[in-house]
Amino acid sequence: MAGKNYNNTTGKTDTEKTVKTNPEVITPAAGDQSYEQVKQEQRFYFNIVKRRYIWFVISLLIIIPGIVSLFTQGLNLGIDFTGGVMLDIKFNQTVTQAQVTKAIESIGLTGQVQMTGNNEVLIRTTFMDEQKRSELLAAIQKDAASFDPSNLKEDSVGPAIGAELRSGAIKAMVLAAALILLYVSIRFRFVYAFSGIVALLHDILVTVGIFSIFQWQIDSSFIAAILTVFGYSINDTVVIYDRIRENEKRMKKKDSFEDMVDKSVWQTMGRSVKTVGTVIIALLCIFFLGGESTKVFALAMTIGVFSGAYSSIFTASQLVVEIKKRMAGPSKKSSPAEAN
Amino acid sequence: MKRGNILKLVITVILVAAAVFFSIQPLTNPTKGIPLGLDLRGGVHLVLQAEPGKDGAPVTDDDMAKAKAIIEQRVNGLGVAEPIIQVDNLRKRIIVELAGVTDPDKAVNTLKTTAKLTFRDAQGNILLDGSQLKDAKAGVDNSAGKADYVVQLTFTTQGADQFAKITTENVGKKIGIFLDENMIQNPTVSTPIVNGQGQITGYSSLDEAAQYAVMLRSGALPVSLSIAEKRQVGALLGVDSLKKSLNASMYAVIFIFLFMLVLYRLPGIVANFALVVFGLIVLWALYAIGTVLTLPGIAGFVLTLGMAVDLNIIIYERIKEEIKLGKSLRAAVDAGFSRAFIAVFDSNITTLFAGAALFLLGSSSIKGFALTLIIGIIASLFTGVTFTRWIMRWIVGVNPRLSKSLFGVKGVK
Repeated sequence: MAGKNYNNTTGKTDTEKTVKTNPEVITPAAGDQSYEQVKQEQRFYFNIVKRRYIWFVISLLIIIPGIVSLFTQGLNLGIDFTGGVMLDIKFNQTVTQAQVTKAIESIGLTGQVQMTGNNEVLIRTTFMDEQKRSELLAAIQKDAASFDPSNLKEDSVGPAIGAELRSGAIKAMVLAAALILLYVSIRFRFVYAFSGIVALLHDILVTVGIFSIFQWQIDSSFIAAILTVFGYSINDTVVIYDRIRENEKRMKKKDSFEDMVDKSVWQTMGRSVKTVGTVIIALLCIFFLGGESTKVFALAMTIGVFSGAYSSIFTASQLVVEIKKRMAGPSKKSSPAEAN
Repeated sequence: MKRGNILKLVITVILVAAAVFFSIQPLTNPTKGIPLGLDLRGGVHLVLQAEPGKDGAPVTDDDMAKAKAIIEQRVNGLGVAEPIIQVDNLRKRIIVELAGVTDPDKAVNTLKTTAKLTFRDAQGNILLDGSQLKDAKAGVDNSAGKADYVVQLTFTTQGADQFAKITTENVGKKIGIFLDENMIQNPTVSTPIVNGQGQITGYSSLDEAAQYAVMLRSGALPVSLSIAEKRQVGALLGVDSLKKSLNASMYAVIFIFLFMLVLYRLPGIVANFALVVFGLIVLWALYAIGTVLTLPGIAGFVLTLGMAVDLNIIIYERIKEEIKLGKSLRAAVDAGFSRAFIAVFDSNITTLFAGAALFLLGSSSIKGFALTLIIGIIASLFTGVTFTRWIMRWIVGVNPRLSKSLFGVKGVK
């Protein structure tokens, strides 16, 4: 629209001048977009900040049942944690669940039998010595169907090792949490750090809660997933914080903080959605194509990453608004905030 | 300037293509490439717990060394290429990892039976049981005027009498020392040993003597070992897992490539190119560290592929915004990179912390995941930020007035 110019095609606002005079100086040009422009540009625009209580309620609707479930039925711990034996057998011929169950019971054991694929069976039972194990395998060969030993996968975990894994997991969680919390609180001002940490706990509670509600069995890879979610959850939050920090500097006296946050959230919406997109692509590939043993990991991470995207937009940033507003005191509250 | 940039771009593409070409063979070579873990090619992982003796005597570090020697002895008989045998003195455990063992059941059976030391004559008749051997120590004997490295044997009172009888009857003949069915030594009796104190001579070094002394002491195994953990994977299932995880990685790469291409056009191609470099760096790093590639390791790798492009997205979205605001391409690219860097750094360092915690405290299978995650994040900071920045600058340098639609920006004049 403006005339021919070698540096810039337009000069929308006055700050653009700095760019013209010295291209090396990086002005936060994106911040120059006005709130109105951002609103117009977004196809699905709606005011996120004003509806923040709705988002808080949605989070609580998932988290509270999860916590209740955690206290009442806990997590469905796999043999990695409790000790036990898990056999994954691919049979040479057709086999039914009943046949395998019968074979297990024939030598006085009890166990869960799950069909996982074409003549592939997953058996979970209690920890046993090598002799009993041989008996079990022989019974399966005899009563159910034959299989090639090279088509057998066996995990046998003694109770002591299981207990160690549990305590190791807790230690790893505490260490990671301490490091991450420390970093976030150093890097961001208190209100931001606090809200970011709440969002992080939100993601962990959502993931663990959903696993508890549905009683999906977890194995040692679940710990890896939870810790990675722990580290990664802050990822999208930082992207938005970064923008809020930038826009906040440019706020004029009459601007409302709420509008500025709403603008920042929408400016980074594309980024928030797309960054999660690539990770989800990777995780879905692992989930659907990676085989049985990485499923729990991929599922937990997928839930955690989704929750992370949600919480960075709808929890962390909104908490910042809420806390700031309350800290500012009720007297100032109504004037600029409700103006728009 | 323009020509220089084209040259740089062309050279980089050729270099990367050559690097890919020449990396395939050394990295995937079944014997010298990145070794596959037992979950990908079959094998067995065993944790053997030493139990205190019946009299409640605690297990000592020396007992553990003996036990390890026996296990090593037996594993060697199995013909596994690179067995890993570790002692955990704190928890009194021996960890055995046999990747690629053809018959895991047989391996487990061989390892779990108690080692038995016997002295046998040339015909294989058992002359004396190893439990009568009280101690075996390496030492130096200077009596012959020169330093002879020896193993000194001490027998129990009962053993001393028996050994006196045997050695008297077998002077000049060989008495073999067997650990289970394996002969570990076959010394000749030069003089009868009557007081329960003898020595075996002829070692080339004190170390060698010490090694044999441990093996001899092992015969009277004071600890019984029980299986605390066993993870066994049949060879066919291992291959199946390998296939599935490679398949998952391949599709992840394809989908990510397409995703980036559709969203960002030209910079998308750059990001995909950087992803290839990323893959190379991670695989070579794993190779250099000597890590064993496991199923969780591959999962970690695929995940970091997704995370690596994350960085590009954060930066590219920023560049798009800057372009929309009317900045020149070059200014937009520069601004995009410098403004997005802080966000990129902050958002990745925390994942790095999580990886470190997992690596320090996780179980052995999780360590593989943690390591690829850590390497992946560090590599992605380089490829996503530095490498991509070079390429983008060169491209913009070639033609600063490229159509902005190449950057996926719509509706900008």
